[in-house]
Amino acid sequence: MTVYIPGPLRSYTRDRASVEAGGASLADLLADMERQFPGIRFRMIDEQGGIREHIKLFVGFEQVKDLSVALSGATEVHVVCALSGGTQ
Amino acid sequence: MAESTRLLVGTKKGAWIFTSGPARRKWNISAPICFGQSVNHIIADPRAPKRLIAAAKAGHLGPTVFLSQDNGRKWKEASKPPAFPPAAEGGAKLSVDHVFYLTPGHASEPGVWYAGTSPAGLFRSQDHGDTWESVAGFNANPMRAEWTKLESPPEGQRLHSILVDPRDPAHLYFGISLGGVFESTDRGASWSPLNKGCVADYIPGPPPDYGHDPHCIRLHPRNPDRLYQQNHCGIYRIDRPSSEWSRIGLKMPKKIGDIGFAIVLHPRDPDTAWVCPMDGTAVWPRTSVGGKPALYVTRNGGRSWTRQDKGLPSANAWLTVFRQAMTIDSGKPAGIYFGTSSGEVWASRNEGESWAQIAAHLPRIQSVEAG
Repeated sequence: MTVYIPGPLRSYTRDRASVEAGGASLADLLADMERQFPGIRFRMIDEQGGIREHIKLFVGFEQVKDLSVALSGATEVHVVCALSGGTQ
Repeated sequence: MAESTRLLVGTKKGAWIFTSGPARRKWNISAPICFGQSVNHIIADPRAPKRLIAAAKAGHLGPTVFLSQDNGRKWKEASKPPAFPPAAEGGAKLSVDHVFYLTPGHASEPGVWYAGTSPAGLFRSQDHGDTWESVAGFNANPMRAEWTKLESPPEGQRLHSILVDPRDPAHLYFGISLGGVFESTDRGASWSPLNKGCVADYIPGPPPDYGHDPHCIRLHPRNPDRLYQQNHCGIYRIDRPSSEWSRIGLKMPKKIGDIGFAIVLHPRDPDTAWVCPMDGTAVWPRTSVGGKPALYVTRNGGRSWTRQDKGLPSANAWLTVFRQAMTIDSGKPAGIYFGTSSGEVWASRNEGESWAQIAAHLPRIQSVEAG
């Protein structure tokens, strides 16, 4: 499926705004992204499996907060940098 | 006199490298590095000075470390940045918010680095900073939660001032704000508080063993038994094997006080140290006392202090100098440098006798290192 990448993470995707990745769950999808773009996962997900405070993940147009959510039927995932994360 | 001097300046929105010739009068400033990312610390490897390492965090993204092997021209992200191990069942879920402090390991261990994080964590790399392992002797220490139980400073609890005894790679110190000074003699496998003599006036009751707020700790390279500390509650010195700090800041002028963030030591003389006092009265503005920036130097181990402000603004300058934002080079005489929260860099080529501004309009300066 297509994963849409926000600007702050495009240094990992060679400036691509969208990439193709797959997996049965969001966790699997993120693992596939890490395989393709080493380092990208840790900047979105902390070492305890938590989605970082200013990163929002949408499956389709629905925000999800649990990496175990199944992706069956989904065609796109959006990674969004929340406005709250802007530096002062 | 050094052939050239380099300053590594970490700011809220990136890092810059300043270079000068032997006279240290004119400075070239690089293009920004890690532009837009908060760089808490950028430092060169004294064992291989072309190698630089920077702790960075973007507003939205997780914390990481960047490495350069060519004086900062190209940068590569660490393959495995500092991160706590997965929490045990029912255990605290610790995750690194930001890497705050970086220290090269002992001269006999060329690839070794240490990192201190917020929340308080200690990490070690054995491959020049590319991959980092949790130092379980502190991070999984049964006392860690107790030692760090007090609430954090505004931007989070931080482990900093990681010091390696130049005589013994197994002998380490660090500071935690809030937590105190800790020492290990077994390469970090175990730790003990080292805070006797330090004040913690925000903790009621008898003097505590830990919970103190060391802002900056320095160990003298020529006399590693001597450490100085700028604490939230004063300026201190300790001469090991004594285990009791002495409050040498009591000899500071009463109108100035002995509160500050940073302290630097002379590269050759263990009796000489500089502090940058800040206003710690009432609601703690943490700016230059009276709007008149100055350094104070002791040349006798803290028995007396002398004001140094020639060339610094004489009025209406409410500067804040953070704990990692003051440094000293190895020149003869030594050069001293500090950066301010308002983005200015000030330099003295003569051990603080006179000062000149060498940069302005940078983002908030968080660290300055010479090397």
